[in-house]
Amino acid sequence: MARQTRRALSENKRAERRLAWLLCAPAALVMLAVTGWPIIYSVWLSLQRYDLKFPEQREFIGLDNYASVLTNQYWWSAFGVTMLITVVSVAIELVLGMGLAIIMHRALVGRGLVRTSVLIPYGIVTVVAAFSWRYAWTPGTGYLANLFTPDSAPLTDRTSALAIIILAEIWKTTPFMALLLLAGLALVPDDLLKAAAVDGATAWQRFIRVTVPVMKPAILVALLFRTLDAFRIFDNVFVLTGGANETSSVSMLTYNNLLKGLNLGIGSTMSVLVFLTVAIIAFVFIKLFGTAAPGGSNGGRR
Amino acid sequence: MAGLATEHSSARKWRWGLLDAIVVVYAFIPVLWIASLSFKTPETLTDGRFVPRVWTLENYRTIFTTDQFVRALGNSIGIALIATFIAVVLGMLAAYAIARLDFPGKGLLVGVALLIAMFPQVSLVSPLFEIERNLGLFDTWTGLILPYITFGLPLAIYTLSAFFRQIPWDLEKAAKIDGATQAQAFRRVIAPLAAPGVVTASILVFIFCWNDFLFAISLTSTERARTVPAALSFFTGASQFEDPTGSISAAAMVITIPIILFVLLFQRRIVAGLTAGAVKG
Repeated sequence: MARQTRRALSENKRAERRLAWLLCAPAALVMLAVTGWPIIYSVWLSLQRYDLKFPEQREFIGLDNYASVLTNQYWWSAFGVTMLITVVSVAIELVLGMGLAIIMHRALVGRGLVRTSVLIPYGIVTVVAAFSWRYAWTPGTGYLANLFTPDSAPLTDRTSALAIIILAEIWKTTPFMALLLLAGLALVPDDLLKAAAVDGATAWQRFIRVTVPVMKPAILVALLFRTLDAFRIFDNVFVLTGGANETSSVSMLTYNNLLKGLNLGIGSTMSVLVFLTVAIIAFVFIKLFGTAAPGGSNGGRR
Repeated sequence: MAGLATEHSSARKWRWGLLDAIVVVYAFIPVLWIASLSFKTPETLTDGRFVPRVWTLENYRTIFTTDQFVRALGNSIGIALIATFIAVVLGMLAAYAIARLDFPGKGLLVGVALLIAMFPQVSLVSPLFEIERNLGLFDTWTGLILPYITFGLPLAIYTLSAFFRQIPWDLEKAAKIDGATQAQAFRRVIAPLAAPGVVTASILVFIFCWNDFLFAISLTSTERARTVPAALSFFTGASQFEDPTGSISAAAMVITIPIILFVLLFQRRIVAGLTAGAVKG
């Protein structure tokens, strides 16, 4: 009798599993087919000399492509630029985003208005915003160029061009950072803050000692997401400078090698290298901050 | 005493009001600037003034009479709608399983979705370029819809599973005890509760597809499948030698309008969707 119940239970269990796998299969298959397979394929392509302008010279050359990319100064320049943009913009976004999250969370008046406005930069097409910044900083047409740099073209100078790219990136993505932080901010219990206030903690102390520790997981998730997102920066660079004057990011350089240079071997090598870099960054984040990282085996938690 | 307290709070209200104003200005300046450019005449385009001196709708008239823009707009709308629909339907199935069923591999699926959400898209561009050329998918709607579904799926799965977890599924049982059939219970009880989640997920996925530039510019080569963000950089003016600034600005405004509408209509949903996905992971 007892055995029969158990068998019925496990029969149920098995049916549940089958249903679950069936429901997940389409999504899983699409995701794997469009990301997993191409990544493997690009490793294969990266081991070949494969220039679409000279397809008859296609041959297996081992790691030669990696050697030529990794000894190429354009690659390292793009790598440095991408790192710089990532670190600077994410750092500034964290501070601005925190301020914005606090405004969205605490504002006595106009909370709905602020939340609505903030979604404009998040939702707007990046290319559109980038064109706006480009025209604003072009001497003659632009109000910002006329205001700040009347006698020079800031987008043609490396330093100022990078600053403008970072500005455009910050404008566009701070709201996303703020929304992720807002989610964490909502978890901070008001009683705790009140208790700290009663104990004589100043507003700053309450923020550093109470709010930030409670929010830590949300902060780390926001940082991880934004770091990896900033590392793939492409749209802003493409529209603002086109990668001129050594302002290429790694995505921009890869694109140029593929569609301008039509060199699939080198393009694929760069694809693989970008993938590896992102994997390393994600790994470091998760190792450093351990349990705070999302996903993994605790996916079923509430 | 009471007077002092209200005075105090009205000063605080003013301070918050000022902060609100700063945020609103921050959010709108680039949009207003591109709008301003789109209403300027060719002669005043380079005056550098924030507000146009002479207003005109000429730029809009120009882009809607060129095949280039109209086709790109059709591509943008069609591709984004189809990709969103498929991603949300597939995401719904998976999210239901994640939220309600117990099965091995759940953690793995959530992990894979997360990996894809953070995946460097440029890594796919070179291999997809070659694969799609071989399969004849290069420069077609399908060629763009496939990667859009893939990158929309994590968004859909995360938002939907967060929403589905909050649905009181016992209501379904209760409705059946009260004599409703399975279909009725689903239609009358569960579907209305799930609808907000589906709307939220659809908006987020649509915004992603609408926004994409990297795939759009790498996997297309003609007007056949080129979406507006990609087409903008190929714009010329009314004639080939004219400055395209006005046309680009007008086209940019046209593709910004749906975003502004979504934001105005669904502000709460979008915020809830983005924050739910973040905390619940």
